[in-house]
Amino acid sequence: MTDLSINTELVSGILTKFVRDEVLKVGSKGVVVGISGGIDSALSAKLAVEALGPAAVTGLAMPYRESTASSLEDAQLVAAQLSIELMVIEISPQIDAYFSKFPEADPTRRGNKMARERMSILYDISATRSALVLGTSNKSELLLGYSTLWGDGAHALNPLGDLYKTQVFQLARHLGLPPRIVDKPPSADLFLGQSDEADLGFTYEQADRILFHLIDERRSPDELSDLGLDPLLVRVVWQRVQASQFKRQPSLIAKLSSRSVGQDFRYPRDWGH
Amino acid sequence: MAASKRLRMALVQHQPVLGDLQANLLWSCEQIAGEVRDGTDLVVFPELSLTGYFLKDLTPEIAVTLAGPELKQLIEATGRASSLVGLVLESPQFNFYNAAVLISDGAVRQVHRKVYLPTYGMFDEQRYLAAGDRFEVVELALGGGASWRIGILVCEDLWHPSSAYLLSRAGVDLLLCPSSSPGRGVGSGEGELGSAGSYGAMLRTYAELFTVFVAYCNRVGFEDGFHFWGGSRLLGPDGRILAGPLEDSAAVLHAELDRGDVRRARIARPLLRDERIDVVQRQLGIGGDD
Repeated sequence: MTDLSINTELVSGILTKFVRDEVLKVGSKGVVVGISGGIDSALSAKLAVEALGPAAVTGLAMPYRESTASSLEDAQLVAAQLSIELMVIEISPQIDAYFSKFPEADPTRRGNKMARERMSILYDISATRSALVLGTSNKSELLLGYSTLWGDGAHALNPLGDLYKTQVFQLARHLGLPPRIVDKPPSADLFLGQSDEADLGFTYEQADRILFHLIDERRSPDELSDLGLDPLLVRVVWQRVQASQFKRQPSLIAKLSSRSVGQDFRYPRDWGH
Repeated sequence: MAASKRLRMALVQHQPVLGDLQANLLWSCEQIAGEVRDGTDLVVFPELSLTGYFLKDLTPEIAVTLAGPELKQLIEATGRASSLVGLVLESPQFNFYNAAVLISDGAVRQVHRKVYLPTYGMFDEQRYLAAGDRFEVVELALGGGASWRIGILVCEDLWHPSSAYLLSRAGVDLLLCPSSSPGRGVGSGEGELGSAGSYGAMLRTYAELFTVFVAYCNRVGFEDGFHFWGGSRLLGPDGRILAGPLEDSAAVLHAELDRGDVRRARIARPLLRDERIDVVQRQLGIGGDD
């Protein structure tokens, strides 16, 4: 029996307090968040609005010319519903200028470049508003490594980081996000017709059940077979987790001195706040 | 007559500034002075209230000594009343303890060094801190002159029932439980946070089985994404909640304790009288005559 259902009232309360506390105590005035038109960014933005009010939340839609047209409409729908400002910044000129030098680049390479371009814009705009970049990566993506390193994986704080995708759906419904946003198939929208679940080769529901038992319940892959989960799929998921461990860590430093950054120089991030 | 014997207590559920000893000290002294002015007899703060919890390498940097200026300021702010504050205490041997210090009537009356330092999962206390090795009861005249037998359990100490049992054998009638409990467990099956449910069950069990008052003072706010959930409360010696639990935000919980409640609870349910310490001792192979 796998129960991934969450107490949505409790979780929304905690995450709202989290955003308010971590933003205000470091002296920031708000957050900027990339609004893709998908459920994760809509939910992150919603939590930020609950925490800080709409005036403190800036949404950025950063379409590429091949992005699905309805994505921008969905981003505008989210911004309108949350009463937040939505800046629309096209990334086609710089992306096309760059890849004119590399016409052979495959979709993955192009998608990663776009994700990092968006990150670079989010950080630029955040500095002009004394705001923090709000993350939109859920726990399923983080564990599967389904994100671009230093792209969508880069942000100052991330309210969704301990929620599996199936739990993101629960919370989004609880908080009344538009059905059009909640019910559409998840997509990174890095190229036309992309689907997360087609990319991954399994559904989030399958992955989340496996991840929950492996990570939260600390069961071994063998023990998951006893629960009736497909051993081959368990192996695929577990290998993805292992192969993407580097994405969840700061970069490596070769230890030379008696006290080294990232190793034994250990101060809390909220030091002095 | 009974009214004058009541102990007026304040549980200060707050969010310390992580690693800023002076800011927390100043704020705490103001809180204590304000409460004492308003007639509070005992002001209780959460675990590590002067420092914050996830200190890591800050631990030795924000430590204080028993003879240092910080405790002098707290003693002065407390005046004739009493207070319980949480801090990192540095020993002459340069060990650092997670300590709760009970101040009363111009002096430090009791220092409890946390015995159980959690070092698993999200916790890393043994990396930075030395462990205490005893649970002791101190007898103090508080609130209209009634004599109270006070024991202190800091957070993880509560997760070991022998801690409360030893204090019970030492005659405790008021357990003070400062805490910095990070919340986890948000499954829909529970009506509340998993950690809140665990503490609720433990506190009630200790209050009811040891027929003692239990004052639980947890903190609020976030440190590095860890969420402290509040829920400070006072339970009576029959296990019922007399005040609180507070919501998950900064607040002060006021309550009045009547020591007569302990007497009544122990007449109604003489569990401590009937405790078979001889059986415990024999089975554990310690002390005992038979």
